Amino acid sequence: MKAFTTLTALVAPLDRANIDTDAIIPKQFLKSIRRAGFGPYLFDEWRYLDRGEPEMDCTNRPLNKDFVLNQAQYQGAQILLTRENFGCGSSREHAPWALEDYGFRAIIAPSFADIFFNNCFKNGILPIVLPAETVDLLFQEVVDGYQLTIDLQAQTITTPSGQSIVFSVDENRRFRLMNGLDDIALSLQHADKIKTYEAERAKRAPWLFKDA
Amino acid sequence: MAGKTLYDKLWDDHVVHTEDDGSCLIYIDRQLLHEVTSPQAFDGLRLSGRQPWRIARNLAVADHNVPTTDREKGIADPVSKLQVETLENNCKEFGITEFDMADIRQGIVHVIGPEQGATLPGMTIVCGDSHTSTHGASAALAFGIGTSEVEHALATQCLVQKKAKNMLIKVNGKTGAGVTAKDIVLAIIGQIGTAGGNGYTIEFGGDAIWSLSMEGRMTVCNMAIEAGARAGLIAVDDTTIDYYQGRPYAPKGDDWNMAVRYWQNLRSDSYSGDLFDKVINIDAAGIKPQVSWGTSPEMVVAVDANVPDPAQEADPVKRQSIERALQYMGLQAGQKITDIKLDKVFIGSCTNSRIEDLRAAAAVIKGRKKAASVKQVLIVPGSGLIKQQAEAEGLDKIFTAADFEWRDPGCSMCLAMNADRLEAGEHCASTSNRNFEGRQGYGGRTHLVSPAMAAAAAIAGHFVNVAEDVA
Repeated sequence: MKAFTTLTALVAPLDRANIDTDAIIPKQFLKSIRRAGFGPYLFDEWRYLDRGEPEMDCTNRPLNKDFVLNQAQYQGAQILLTRENFGCGSSREHAPWALEDYGFRAIIAPSFADIFFNNCFKNGILPIVLPAETVDLLFQEVVDGYQLTIDLQAQTITTPSGQSIVFSVDENRRFRLMNGLDDIALSLQHADKIKTYEAERAKRAPWLFKDA
Repeated sequence: MAGKTLYDKLWDDHVVHTEDDGSCLIYIDRQLLHEVTSPQAFDGLRLSGRQPWRIARNLAVADHNVPTTDREKGIADPVSKLQVETLENNCKEFGITEFDMADIRQGIVHVIGPEQGATLPGMTIVCGDSHTSTHGASAALAFGIGTSEVEHALATQCLVQKKAKNMLIKVNGKTGAGVTAKDIVLAIIGQIGTAGGNGYTIEFGGDAIWSLSMEGRMTVCNMAIEAGARAGLIAVDDTTIDYYQGRPYAPKGDDWNMAVRYWQNLRSDSYSGDLFDKVINIDAAGIKPQVSWGTSPEMVVAVDANVPDPAQEADPVKRQSIERALQYMGLQAGQKITDIKLDKVFIGSCTNSRIEDLRAAAAVIKGRKKAASVKQVLIVPGSGLIKQQAEAEGLDKIFTAADFEWRDPGCSMCLAMNADRLEAGEHCASTSNRNFEGRQGYGGRTHLVSPAMAAAAAIAGHFVNVAEDVA
């Protein structure tokens, strides 16, 4: 996983509430058995005018010119600004995979759906929760070439005018993301504790331990 | 007052290790696997040279991509076929039990877990699927996870989690005629919204919940995620214990007796509300059969109501959402719900494909046929065993006599990853759980309803109030 420390990048505003994971990456693309290559299909039904299919070459597909990510001034954006309950719906990690593959490293919203929020941290994406009024202000400020600087160590966002916005991330998640750490390796450091737990629980609930 | 909620008890019972910031390593008793969210997890194990921590605590089944017709011919779509074969090969390589397409026990992962007793009260259960909340109906702490966590649970039998807050939703009193578990949960989502449960585990209680069958309880907990809560819960009672007695993976003999004693404590110490961070009371008698009109499960009204008018909405973000949804759904503000005409009807999914759902749908038909204007009605049982049971009861004959199609088990048109799908612009009465844009097929228009409401709509060609249709 890519580590996340600081990021200065272009912001793309996606002004909709309750954006679900079916919109982020439609189900036909979930048939892939790989982890990479979802970026061209991110927001497929909004981004293109035709119907997307797995493994399709997207270079000549008709674009929906009204969709924000197709507009010239937002090309290369790495920060997505959006509304409440972003990522609701399914648990598909293909959603953060698609966002990451497209190039997004941070998402700012008033709230996120829990499973999606969690999945972001496993993929080097920083989801930032800000008060709805602050998100509103950012939406008003976004103009051509609008960039934000995100500092995960300091847990601050700096706007072009120099204003500093504070956010907070759970300490454990922040540490793992800043160092790009392998969660499984960290958990396996507690292997002895897991075994002790199993031995103790097997006494209380033996029926859960009568398998091979 | 002192005491613990059901969620507190389940959580405390599974903590292996606590970090300084309060996040915990939680032990996982059961992982359910399916073909869509597991291939990259198995790849991860191979890349790192890791083995599953406890192989027998995993159970796999292919459900999302499987065809519901002509199964002996195999899967036509080569991309779907590869994904299903990949699950088979991964399970063989790692020694994990899988119910393949030819197995009578194959079905939707959230249906077969309880059916087999692979789900049991008191467990922690995970699956790479958000509707894992279904299993909370058995007082198991069950939630959906992403593929990285599927790999993590395979490798460590644990997950890193932070405890959620406690919410109690009490549905008090008795529901009226024609009102089912599906209507209860849709009404709840309509009230609290799709983000209402974010950050919470919801325990459902109150007489209207506790009087539901296990099937009905599963329908309610299934849609906890549509209310934003990763996990839903319902306390153990005799209904729970009776349901699990004799299930293939359930404990036997002395173990059964010991398990029952343990399970009987799996309820909150008080339902007065003091133990919960948030309490919502709902009057069951006020709930009518529900129909969703928009592109989010919270966009739902009673069948005798009208499609909302965005001009009446003060909040600009919500107003815009309503306008967008009406445009996508091809509906007019103020239109009567009963005037919505249906092109297709889908009865199935992890929400409503159990035997009780099929019985409820069959009971509504009563020798009638689908409306000529309805192009297709799919009945997709949740498992091979449910299909067998329904056929033993003669339900399949009732469906086929009404020109409904009787299919093989799988997720089918709930998310249209297989060949079952809507065409652009088609309206569908669906017993599934999500009405997002494109969910049931590109440009498709989904209306979420109960099995009885779906069956009645198939007969009439438009929505009808099943409470009156029953007469």
